[in-house]
Amino acid sequence: MTESNPPFDRRLLRQRRNRAATRQGTHGFLFVEAATRLADRLADVRRDFPLALDLGAHDGPVRQALADRAPDQIGQLIETDLAEAMVRRTNGPAAVADEEALPFAANSVDLILSCCSLHWVNDLPGTLTQIQAALKPDGLFLAVLFGGETLTELRQAWLAAEAAVAGGVSPRVAPFIDLQTAAGLLQRAGFAMPVADIDRTDVTYGEALSLMRDLRDMGESNILHERRRYPTGRRTLLAAASHYQDMFAGDDGRLPATFELIFLTGWKPAATQPKPLRPGSAAARLADALDTTERPAGDLAAPKMRT
Amino acid sequence: MPPARAAIDPKLLEILVCPLTKGPLRYVPDQQELVSEQAGLAYPIRDGIPIMLAEEARELEDNER
Repeated sequence: MTESNPPFDRRLLRQRRNRAATRQGTHGFLFVEAATRLADRLADVRRDFPLALDLGAHDGPVRQALADRAPDQIGQLIETDLAEAMVRRTNGPAAVADEEALPFAANSVDLILSCCSLHWVNDLPGTLTQIQAALKPDGLFLAVLFGGETLTELRQAWLAAEAAVAGGVSPRVAPFIDLQTAAGLLQRAGFAMPVADIDRTDVTYGEALSLMRDLRDMGESNILHERRRYPTGRRTLLAAASHYQDMFAGDDGRLPATFELIFLTGWKPAATQPKPLRPGSAAARLADALDTTERPAGDLAAPKMRT
Repeated sequence: MPPARAAIDPKLLEILVCPLTKGPLRYVPDQQELVSEQAGLAYPIRDGIPIMLAEEARELEDNER
């Protein structure tokens, strides 16, 4: 893979999501869980947001979670997704939009949310810069995306299976961003008070094939450009499932699947935000606040010995 | 399926720009299109949902520019 080739096939992602929109079932539980945690974090921010966007909204788990956990905090929520069929399942004003080429004017919205979509963006720095631009000053960006060790078991099972059966490995599970990189990108995109932190979700499955089926129904299956272009043989598939079982099954026989949720928070800079004071500008003495005597610098305090 | 959204939401219309140029869009209600003169593209609006993807947009004819 060269730098000029983006890793993800976004056209394929659009197809996958359009198809996923037609499927009913419980496979969306991870999106619902992530959306709930996102809404809880928003509820902790004691602020109202007149106009908000949900980028990559799927069929609307964030709108639902906000209604349950943070009602009345948002005046109007506009949902976007890359797939028209997804957007048609949402309940409010919506647009079809690509997170890599956002159609929103600069300084136009108070809050931008995104739940489980930004891990498929090829140019995350570019997307974050566009998000920062679309926010009004003092606007908030709050997102959750899959990262870190997500699906590490599946990645290892596929590697083992393909090496053994298919005579060569191919990328099956997307590379995910790590926490440090995410935090750095927020800062680079010009967000004030950037925070990135990780939240693990432990999911277990009865069999590896159910996990793979869920990923497909979520519209989350492999969209890597470098993916194998012919269908996976049944033998390889079953080998992957069996490697998963052998390598990771717990005492109860169930299979763990790691999902790491990376939460990103950042504010668009504004003059009204708290800033560190200029060094030497203090109006009160620290020693007074601590009710102690001040010692000149360099005059080290004598170590106290415990008796 | 939720009820059809006949008209584009006015607040949404207010903040939309061309995804390629970030330039202004002209709303053409009769055609249900958002025209980006700079990009030479018309983005369709289907059931009140603007489709802001270049690959779904119609290229403007010479006499439309």
